Amino acid sequence: MDELVSIWANPTGRVGLIIVVTLSICAIFAPILAPYQPSAINVPIRFSPPSTTHWLGTDQLGRDLFSRVLYGARIALGVSVAITILALIVGALLGIAAAYAPPLIERAILIVFDLVSSYPTVILALAFVAVLGPGVTNLIVVVTVVFVPQFGRVARAQALALRHRSFLEAEVILGASPTRVLFHYLLPNILGPLIVLASMNVPSVITLEAGLSFLGLGVRPPLASWGSMLYDGFINLNQAPWPVVISAGALSLATLGFTLFGEALQAAFDPQRGGNR
Amino acid sequence: MVRYALWQLASLVAVLVGATAILVLLTNLIPGDAASVLLGSRATPDAVAALRQSMGLDLPAYERVARFLWNAAHGDLGTDVISGRPVTGTVLRAIPSTLMLAFGAILVAIGLGVPLGVQAAAKPGGLVDRSTAFLAVGLISTPSFVIAILLLLVFSVQLGWTPVLGGGEGEGFWSQLHHLVLPVIAVSFGWIGYIARQVRSSLLDVLGQSYIKTARAYGLPDKTVLYKYALKVAIIPVISILGVGVGDLIGKSVFVETIFGRPGLGALINSALRDRNYPVVQAGVFVVVFLYVFTNAMVDLLYAWLDPRIRERFFRRGDH
Repeated sequence: MDELVSIWANPTGRVGLIIVVTLSICAIFAPILAPYQPSAINVPIRFSPPSTTHWLGTDQLGRDLFSRVLYGARIALGVSVAITILALIVGALLGIAAAYAPPLIERAILIVFDLVSSYPTVILALAFVAVLGPGVTNLIVVVTVVFVPQFGRVARAQALALRHRSFLEAEVILGASPTRVLFHYLLPNILGPLIVLASMNVPSVITLEAGLSFLGLGVRPPLASWGSMLYDGFINLNQAPWPVVISAGALSLATLGFTLFGEALQAAFDPQRGGNR
Repeated sequence: MVRYALWQLASLVAVLVGATAILVLLTNLIPGDAASVLLGSRATPDAVAALRQSMGLDLPAYERVARFLWNAAHGDLGTDVISGRPVTGTVLRAIPSTLMLAFGAILVAIGLGVPLGVQAAAKPGGLVDRSTAFLAVGLISTPSFVIAILLLLVFSVQLGWTPVLGGGEGEGFWSQLHHLVLPVIAVSFGWIGYIARQVRSSLLDVLGQSYIKTARAYGLPDKTVLYKYALKVAIIPVISILGVGVGDLIGKSVFVETIFGRPGLGALINSALRDRNYPVVQAGVFVVVFLYVFTNAMVDLLYAWLDPRIRERFFRRGDH
């Protein structure tokens, strides 16, 4: 809660928080808020400009863009948050395992991290999707793999720093079981930096998801994803500019909001490092 | 320095071998297998077996990795399964276009980012500083493909100032440069913001140090202190982010080249992926990873050469 208060006190953080909350409401209540079905096709009114009946106009199949933007928020936020949480959990477990494992296993885990990060993120994601095929599940798996090493490295460094602190050693001597040490003492103490890292990663994950969907390798039609909406608008650019402007706007607003939010959260957790803005 | 360089070279080779292993073994994850996916469901078992053999899929994994590396070292990156031609030529022809884009973007990002950062650090909390901070977040957070499409919409479709498609191949230098303008802006956008921020924060660190105060106390003009004394030291951390930046630039080039129809590496990988032309994907990704790992090692060396403390720290830790 303290963190939320200090984000609110920070002017850019406040903007970020408002954008994030608004988008989350759009995503959660999309079925109630949307005036039309997102995939309802109505070809006679294709490419109609924004009007009172279709607030943001329609796309190349006459689908209501406002409804699609709302449902797109579901995909963008749902998929990105799922990926970030998964990457955090897997990364934290691997990182802690590396910190406590015998040197050989530690080395092996670190080498895997190094190899994954020896690929540029987009290229690794492309290579994985190439073999696994497109789709939401594969998208989640692939992007999670790409982001695991960052969490793993931070978790390992944190766990190593805590390992010989006296309160932890005391618990071990007093006979606390390894699971108790892990869940009661280790995780709560390393969670802060991991959450900050997660919030800084959300915009990159949203971008990567939208990018892969833009290339037709992520979310498949008829699901509404901002990335695939952008692609649809792009190939029909000479027919109508607004589908592109609207999906680009939604995407940029989301990445801007989460970036501002993440930076304010970092400043709240770590005033010294966050102060350089 | 020589010892440090040798260590870097050894780890470069190790990473490259490991990355290639992942790349080659990835084809094992293809549901079914690469050969039957390529030939489709109506192919005869004989045809599938023949293609498997010519792609080397019947060999054990380690032998495929070794063979790929051996051939790559001899300049052979495999055979295009669709056209039957060697992949090496295709990939080599795609490299210059991507390098032009990447270098152009780095030049623009440094050319605009460094002065912005210096101006912001010169008066912290001033108007330039605050607007730069705001601008930087906007530049960093907006995805490159969004910028690319919006630029295309405004400057090519609406205003007609810049060409819509292609890289201006075979049309002379000026035409190529003209085709390069929008892609370079799209790719460099985020980096302008990133570099401006990095320069600002490292410059503020340096400006607080006593040798700067001494220089000021001697009555040297602000400009001399800022550019001649402070920036020289403050620029070092910026170099290190360029290494990571190259990977990001290559990733962005996939989108930007596809959007602008430029014949580069990113577009090549993307279109080969669609055709399930795995050897081309493999070769393209290999070259990308090679370029990425190589530039990172170069940046590391440059960094260690500029700042001897890094070399010492590296050897003092003992492991690695």
